[in-house]
Amino acid sequence: MSNLRSLTFDAIIIGGGGSGLRAALELAKSGKKTAVLSKVFPTRSHTVSAQGGITCAIASADPDDDWRWHMYDTVKGGDYIADQDASEYMCSEGPKAVFELEHMGLPFSRFDNGRIYQRPFGGQSKNFGEGGQAARTCAAADRTGHALLHTLYQNNLKNNTTFLNEWYAVDLVKNAEGDVVGCIAMCIETGEVVHVKSKATVLATGGAGRIYASTTNALINTGDGIGMALRAGFPMQDMEMWQFHPTGIYGAGTLVTEGCRGEGGYLINKDGERFMERYAPNAKDLAGRDVVARSMVMEILEGRGCGEKGDHVFLKLDHLGEEVLGKRLPGIVELSKTFAHVDPAKDPIPVVPTCHYMMGGIPTNIHGQAITQDDSGNDHIVNGLYACGEAACVSVHGANRLGGNSLLDLVVFGRAAGMFIESALNEGIEYLDASESDIESAMKRITRWNESDGGESIPALKAELQDIMQTSFGVFREEKNMQEGVKKLDELRSRIANAHLPDKSNAFNTARVEALELDNLMEVAEATAIAALERNESRGAHSRYDYPDRDDVNWLKHSLYFPATKELKKRDVNFKPKTVDTFEPKVRTY
Amino acid sequence: MSNLQVSVYRYNPETDSAPYMQEFQVDTKGRDVMVLDVLHMMKEQDSGLAFRRSCREGVCGSDGMNMNGKNGLACITPLSDVVKGNKLTLRPLPGLPVIRDMVVDMALFYKQYERIQPYLQNDEPAPAIERLQSPEERDKLDGLYECILCACCSTSCPSFWWNPDKFVGPAGLLQSYRFLADSRDNATSERLTDLEDPFSVFRCRGIMNCVAVCPKGLNPTRAIGKIREMLLADAT
Repeated sequence: MSNLRSLTFDAIIIGGGGSGLRAALELAKSGKKTAVLSKVFPTRSHTVSAQGGITCAIASADPDDDWRWHMYDTVKGGDYIADQDASEYMCSEGPKAVFELEHMGLPFSRFDNGRIYQRPFGGQSKNFGEGGQAARTCAAADRTGHALLHTLYQNNLKNNTTFLNEWYAVDLVKNAEGDVVGCIAMCIETGEVVHVKSKATVLATGGAGRIYASTTNALINTGDGIGMALRAGFPMQDMEMWQFHPTGIYGAGTLVTEGCRGEGGYLINKDGERFMERYAPNAKDLAGRDVVARSMVMEILEGRGCGEKGDHVFLKLDHLGEEVLGKRLPGIVELSKTFAHVDPAKDPIPVVPTCHYMMGGIPTNIHGQAITQDDSGNDHIVNGLYACGEAACVSVHGANRLGGNSLLDLVVFGRAAGMFIESALNEGIEYLDASESDIESAMKRITRWNESDGGESIPALKAELQDIMQTSFGVFREEKNMQEGVKKLDELRSRIANAHLPDKSNAFNTARVEALELDNLMEVAEATAIAALERNESRGAHSRYDYPDRDDVNWLKHSLYFPATKELKKRDVNFKPKTVDTFEPKVRTY
Repeated sequence: MSNLQVSVYRYNPETDSAPYMQEFQVDTKGRDVMVLDVLHMMKEQDSGLAFRRSCREGVCGSDGMNMNGKNGLACITPLSDVVKGNKLTLRPLPGLPVIRDMVVDMALFYKQYERIQPYLQNDEPAPAIERLQSPEERDKLDGLYECILCACCSTSCPSFWWNPDKFVGPAGLLQSYRFLADSRDNATSERLTDLEDPFSVFRCRGIMNCVAVCPKGLNPTRAIGKIREMLLADAT
């Protein structure tokens, strides 16, 4: 018999980053009993690391800017599998969401006229690609994520949101009808496990870059929400689409913002050549991230890489001068000195494409409602389950996200989920209570770890998983190599199922948290691997040596991975925006 | 190259009646790694070792700790900055209750942050676009808004050790001034009234430990000085 204590909320938001806090703010303002459950104190969430800015047509740098141009860039950037209704919603609602952040106190940098500073970022254009480079990314120096996250946390304090800080969500609880009615969660400080009951469970758990050995992501980015949803049997969309950011610091993996290139920096090879002029004659260093990352790898593979091993390239910034660097990129100067031992005012920064962002995730509609698909290929809403932010796949990023669109995604869709849940709660939601056995099945894996009494070590298995992903599912992919990767992951899954948690203590047991995270990394890695192996084309971030071309006949589709059968199905991309004409797929050049 | 000798503070409330220092030998292969990397190597030897970490690049503020006597962030502190004679002593941030090993209870620290109402207050209706702010007005927030709430400053401050319930402490006061200095905030007089008692601000004795340890290079003492000036001007 379960004798767990239970906590009851109208809405529980799992994750305290940008999207979770934005959703929570909306609900707290409405007076709904809302809690944010986060495994770290909210300002330690990975949103804090976002640097360059939030892309949005607020028409500050250019009074004629238009959200439709931003939408065009987003759809093209996503290589045409971004949903056009969702992209339309994000780009048109964006200005409202950004102005709200400013009103909440976000310390944006400013132009002389007092308006918000905007800088050029990759993949941005005016007039549907015809008017040259746009400057559309709103920035607070190069600490925009930090400023945004703190502002949202502060405004949640103002609105009395309940915080369960340093609590870890273990698994979703489903009732007999398959509705999500809450989760099992553990207070990290005491080790107490509770049943959190809620009519709306929002997965705002962010990304999972830690499936790769080299990533810009925080150590906490282990795909906990993705793992929970997969174990509960729900499908994942476009999991093969992982963004490799062109400028991770060589060796350390820490991010150097695209804003460096937006401010006029550029990449050079060992001959000092600005090689992006060859690959993207118009946009050059501000082409889409997938394009720049591939070009860098090509330079390295063709022997023009820098350093003793020729395994990276350089980002040149010294020509910008100390004043611009100090004013616009102060954080980058700090990071370069700390992690590359380079002063960018004097020397170039060694950089290499590094795993950065998960375009895929839990399929949702624009209200954050999770979606599944029946055997005939029809969409259905999953009752009680919502997702927003990087954990969700709305999809506005398609096969490749544009720089600055992640922060916009967080606030627009966090806000949208909050608004939708508020009205759904007002209309009334009734789900069947979870039974004892429903709760027990959600307790299964924490019980498994707590009863483990031998087996392999958690850090070693994690390192192995990261190596498999790095080796077989990187910037360029190929069938045989991926098949080996899938096979190795399959073996790894059974070894993880028998791994050992040596420390069974209750108080702040971080080893237990890492054990639970390892299960989630495994789920994300396998979904990624199977989707990558089966998408027989190259699109956006998914580049295959053996299928080098985009295949719009067969693959102008989302992929949908089903965990029970490990099958990959397809789902239609939305080509029906409400207020603008459809952007038809074109050859994607920069 | 001999192994690095690390002495680390251990305390598990379930099994230890008192805290103790545990010795580790860590083979860094001669590399000048970060203190956080050393903690991860120790955790591979003893998975029970508890510490907080997240971004590993100095922006999230999780891994503030005391390294050879000085507070700082483990993830951006290379061994060459702190290690003397091949020895490294790691202790939790001083002055706060210890939950386990390097993990402290930060409730008092957060309470002082919340106390200063760390959010923009402006009761005038917001415009349809952003509120305008000149670059010069915005410059006044530099050196203030960048705080990451790591608590290195407040836990190196004797006034905070002595009165953590009544003295706001350098981190909270830095944020207090961040809003006092913001041209968009119009709650200045309420904010000042809330700080005019003998403890909240005036327990700062200007010894500048906070400035010496801030991993982001911020200057809470200067911000506290500015608040004092505003309080004094307000009183006359």
